Amino acid sequence: MSFFSMARLLFKSFIKGPETILYPLEAKPVFAKTRGKILIDMESCIFCGSCERRCPVGAIKVNRATKEWSIDRFSCIQCGYCCEVCPKKCLHIDNYYTEPSAEMKREEYQNA
Amino acid sequence: MGKRTIIPFGPQHPVLPEPIHLDLVLEDETVVGAIPRIGYIHRGLEKLVEKKDFQQYTYVAERICGICSFMHGMGYCMTIEKIMQIEVPARAEFLRTIWAELSRMHSHLLWLGLTADAFGFESLFMHTWRLREKVLDIFEETTGGRVIFSVCDIGGVKKDIDDNMLAKIVTVLTELEQELKTLTDVFLHDSSVKHRTCGVGVLSKQAAVALGAVGPTARGSGVAKDMRTYGYAAYSKLDFTPIIEQQGDAYARMKVRIGEVFQAARLIKAAINLIPEGPINVRYKGNPTGEAFLRIEQPRGTVLYYVKGNGTKFLTRFRARTPTFANVPALLETLKGSSLADVPVLVLTIDPCISCTER
Amino acid sequence: MITEQIKTIAVETLVQEVTSLKQTEYDLVAITCTYDEMLELSYSFEKEQEFLHLRLVIDRGTQLASISQLYAYAFLYENEIKELFDVKITGITIDFENQLYQIAEKTPFITNKEES
Repeated sequence: MSFFSMARLLFKSFIKGPETILYPLEAKPVFAKTRGKILIDMESCIFCGSCERRCPVGAIKVNRATKEWSIDRFSCIQCGYCCEVCPKKCLHIDNYYTEPSAEMKREEYQNA
Repeated sequence: MGKRTIIPFGPQHPVLPEPIHLDLVLEDETVVGAIPRIGYIHRGLEKLVEKKDFQQYTYVAERICGICSFMHGMGYCMTIEKIMQIEVPARAEFLRTIWAELSRMHSHLLWLGLTADAFGFESLFMHTWRLREKVLDIFEETTGGRVIFSVCDIGGVKKDIDDNMLAKIVTVLTELEQELKTLTDVFLHDSSVKHRTCGVGVLSKQAAVALGAVGPTARGSGVAKDMRTYGYAAYSKLDFTPIIEQQGDAYARMKVRIGEVFQAARLIKAAINLIPEGPINVRYKGNPTGEAFLRIEQPRGTVLYYVKGNGTKFLTRFRARTPTFANVPALLETLKGSSLADVPVLVLTIDPCISCTER
Repeated sequence: MITEQIKTIAVETLVQEVTSLKQTEYDLVAITCTYDEMLELSYSFEKEQEFLHLRLVIDRGTQLASISQLYAYAFLYENEIKELFDVKITGITIDFENQLYQIAEKTPFITNKEES
């Protein structure tokens, strides 16, 4: 048992300053494996549709005829399953999150 | 005999992390009975097996609850592996154990902070959660996410931890243990904390067995029940004895959880010492046919999984009986005879995780 | 090591089997229900290293006796099964009358299977 242990702890943290960061004014520190959002390399995509079939949420839509690949960023749960099943390995996970937005919009890419 | 009144508690209450409703029957200021009502976050996740195939369902099973998320994913994968008789490599078993014990630490630290908040000790709450951030940073560095990991898969795990990272985990845990010692001394020896928890909400050993309590709720009343003694995953290779206390009040349950945090840190260091080299997952073919039951130990108690497959890629049934579902009758028993001001602390001592209860 | 066993019994002998298990100090772990043409109920019990399941296969109209007189906490499991699967269980000590989860659709696990 020690006396004034909480008082000493509070004094130390008062001197040290806050532990929190002013997000979003300061950037959040990321690590190499942080799962933020899904990015695609459109040059290598063959429009096989594996990512659309495997997505647990249904966020990806692939159109082979018009060569379009689109993703609904706010439905995506950043699980990484699409990246694993892609046969050409053109999907990878970026470290930064999707920016907040006032409307729901799909992000579309084309390789016509 | 005093006059009886009924006071509603919940579903919105500052002390509850998730909504649950209790109708408290009071006689003056003493509670004589409680009627529960659950169902505020029933999402019907067990019915999703009809729409998502058994490999996609790993991601759904992880999202049943945010605090116990890794254990749900691990339990689901272990049950499917039991049906399909897949043998998981040794390195994957150790990695799963390391992540499971880290989950246990972060869950108990979260609970300690919420309990401190429940009796108004806010600075202790903030400092406990500050230390919990170190565990969440380890999760983000090894798996990519702070809360939902997406790292457990049928046949093993998807990501590996290299030796530098394992050494870093040992360093972080050693520092964490030092700082936790100061805080847990406050939890166990401070007179205001003792005044709110000693002798409050007593659950006798016979009542704990008769009402089917599990986890730290039962271990605080002297019932020695811990699924980790049966040696699933890598626990058979680690030296482990469950922590039991005898008094059965809120203070005893707090002591069990604090002991488990330090025990988890020791188990992780022992697992890091013993981890073998090798592959981290194994390939498999086909769909599950048959059924299996499995029990593992989550931070809140025993969880039972039941999976039934019929040879197609959609399962027939998935069921998770979570520990809070089993602890609700024990909660109603501890509430009898307590005063109204103690009700928030008592509801928190069983560590309610209502999203697990209602899936 | 845990020994696991599934034992199929008839509906009439349910209360008798559960009474004998209670007298030999088995603990009830959970009651599970599956619907795949017939309703399949599993009552899971444990004692030290043994894990025993009693299996009942019934059809939709059969009446079933409650075991909540013997194991007090079985009322939660039986209420859930009654609400989600429409199993006719009689004599539950605390009966919520299908109001436990208060879901919009009645017996969701059964109706959807029949439509598909």
